[in-house]
Amino acid sequence: MIFESLSSKLQATFKRLRGKGKLTEKDVSAALREVRLALLEADVNFKVVKDFVSKVKERALGSDVLASLTPGQMVIKIVNEELTKLMGEKAAKLNQASQPPTVIMMVGLQGAGKTTSAAKLANLLKKKHHTPLLVAADIYRPAAIKQLQVLGEQLAVPVFQMGQQDPVQTVRAALEHAKKTQHDYVIIDTAGRLHVDEELMDELARMESAVQPQEILLVVDAMTGQDAVNVAQSFKDRLGLTGVVLTKLDGDTRGGAALSVRAVTGAPIKFAATGEKIDAFETFHPDRMASRILGMGDVLSLIEKAEATFDEEKARELEQKMRSQQFTLEDFLEQMQQLKKMGPLNQLMEMMPGMGGMGKKLKGMNVDEKQFARTEAIIKSMTKKERLNPAIINSSRRKRIAAGSGTSVQDVNSLLKQFSTMQKMIKQLSKLEKGKFKGRGKFPFM
Amino acid sequence: MGLFNRLKAGLQKTRSNLLGRLGELFSRSQFDDDFYDELEEILIGADVGVETTLEVVEKLRTQVKAAKVTEAAQVMEILKKQLLELLGNERKPIELAAEKPTVILVLGVNGVGKTTTIGKLASLFQAQGKKVMLAAGDTFRAAAIEQLEIWASRSKSELVKHQQGADPSAVLFDGVNAAMARGCDILLCDTAGRLHNKTNLMEELKKVLRVIGKALPGAPHEILLVLDATTGQNALAQARVFNEVAPLTGVVLTKLDGTAKGGIVIAVARELKVPVKYIGVGEGIEDLQPFDPAAYVDGLLAQE
Repeated sequence: MIFESLSSKLQATFKRLRGKGKLTEKDVSAALREVRLALLEADVNFKVVKDFVSKVKERALGSDVLASLTPGQMVIKIVNEELTKLMGEKAAKLNQASQPPTVIMMVGLQGAGKTTSAAKLANLLKKKHHTPLLVAADIYRPAAIKQLQVLGEQLAVPVFQMGQQDPVQTVRAALEHAKKTQHDYVIIDTAGRLHVDEELMDELARMESAVQPQEILLVVDAMTGQDAVNVAQSFKDRLGLTGVVLTKLDGDTRGGAALSVRAVTGAPIKFAATGEKIDAFETFHPDRMASRILGMGDVLSLIEKAEATFDEEKARELEQKMRSQQFTLEDFLEQMQQLKKMGPLNQLMEMMPGMGGMGKKLKGMNVDEKQFARTEAIIKSMTKKERLNPAIINSSRRKRIAAGSGTSVQDVNSLLKQFSTMQKMIKQLSKLEKGKFKGRGKFPFM
Repeated sequence: MGLFNRLKAGLQKTRSNLLGRLGELFSRSQFDDDFYDELEEILIGADVGVETTLEVVEKLRTQVKAAKVTEAAQVMEILKKQLLELLGNERKPIELAAEKPTVILVLGVNGVGKTTTIGKLASLFQAQGKKVMLAAGDTFRAAAIEQLEIWASRSKSELVKHQQGADPSAVLFDGVNAAMARGCDILLCDTAGRLHNKTNLMEELKKVLRVIGKALPGAPHEILLVLDATTGQNALAQARVFNEVAPLTGVVLTKLDGTAKGGIVIAVARELKVPVKYIGVGEGIEDLQPFDPAAYVDGLLAQE
């Protein structure tokens, strides 16, 4: 599939080099200039970029270009591997207390998303049958305690608070309370603060020594720019950071801050917040972030998501049908429902390589969830016979279907037209790819 | 602390962080490739962005060569002039509409400081003797309404609110009507934080604009985008998309009291010609100041 800008730039740089067996210094330097710019555009701190590029250069010099790759791809491969190494190779888990409760402190700048992340983490733990307690220790921002309370209520997770009292007292009391009431996790939402604010940084340090948390998670906005290194460094200097939560990853930022923070703190990124909904919070996969920073899309995530939701059995059936060209409206409906299970469509689109940066160009083919529902309604208003053989749908049937689905005859017409185009496409596809259809059969829409 | 001092204190960190390297850089006698490479790094390090930086440095290089400049101070002057050209030389305060109320819509992604900015703006206008009303258009985030309520009482402004989960357009529609009825000079409209790549939320914003315009033709008179100085290159994408949906009249750059430099506003001004109107330099209710481009550039490049 199409690699985005960096890849295409690299390919252009290497056009004249096709067929080379080894990477020379000159080739590598030219390529790494592009890599450097790409990383800087992705907001990776310039110092981190410098170190990184020199590391890659060392490794790339004299490397054999693998038979299956072009020199450009070879450099990308090395860059990607090194990035992954820097990001941490595996997803990291939460530290556990030897005796419950496990105490988790959320810290960070204002507006990074601490309160929301604390609630999302509580939700995640609750789903795994734990009994988390949320602690409101942000006594500065107006209504911050209230915000946590509202979220706690939504999740049915209790929220401990002592008003605007000294937060050190609050967390100490919260820990006692958790022990008594048998909560196995205590999640502390602290106030947002500037890393240069001595007084408030000191407050955090006092909280740390008061409750001895197993985890201190630095919450970082994925859109943070060059300053991410300063922020991370200051928090690391004052506290025993154990991990990072990367928020607002559902935006279209490349998220280079992840790399900067990781390089400075050495702490693993443990969670990623990916949406406004309370369950949009997941374990962080470092390897995938590497491709995102480079603008290569998050193919892995997409594939995994698809695999998890797509019923193997049904997929095979569908593939069979498509190959034998018996793809009906019934199957179309089923496929749509499967797709919907995978999550919001625009999120899926963004995960595909080449799509992420194409936000603007994509506007024309705006994925409208409502349109989806309309299509579903239209198909559901057809009889079984009509679904299997759309050719019989004459104008009076069209009128009935439109009335039944609350749409217009034009809507029905355009769906039928779409479907027949799709059928034609499938016919052509299966003719074209008869031999090698197997691997791709699962994604007729890709 | 006086206004000027607060600005200075706010930008101090900007300054001290840049000062060391820049001072060293400009004490060189030669303006060679190394000089320009390093200048590039400094600007990129301030989040000015690769494209804008490369353009600025390239232009500086040509101008320095053409004018045969050899003095560091002169090179600095040329650089400042260039940055100011991009940023716009003048201060651009908020202009009140001919007939009251002046409706100001405040937009931005999540967590940039929209509600706080509104609170500070309210007290700024209040201090000028204006009658101010706030409209709680963030009906999505938990306790956002309560947060605005606290700011309303701190700044002694009036407040129009609905329940959490209500239609923001309806809240702001009521806000405009109430502001007219009660003879307010200024209506500040809060909105929920929205990432610019969420189509549905941007559609919601279009509706908000339509509805405000219906309640009072010509409104909103000002559409301010709040940008977080710690944000990197994504701020440009934010400005682009928001500007497309709701033609921006100004930018508010918040959180300048940290170590972030907010250089991305230079890229934003360069591309979209939207002026920065205010900067946020602290948590206090008075910590919002009119943006002074020359002082900002000085702060960015100060050499004491």
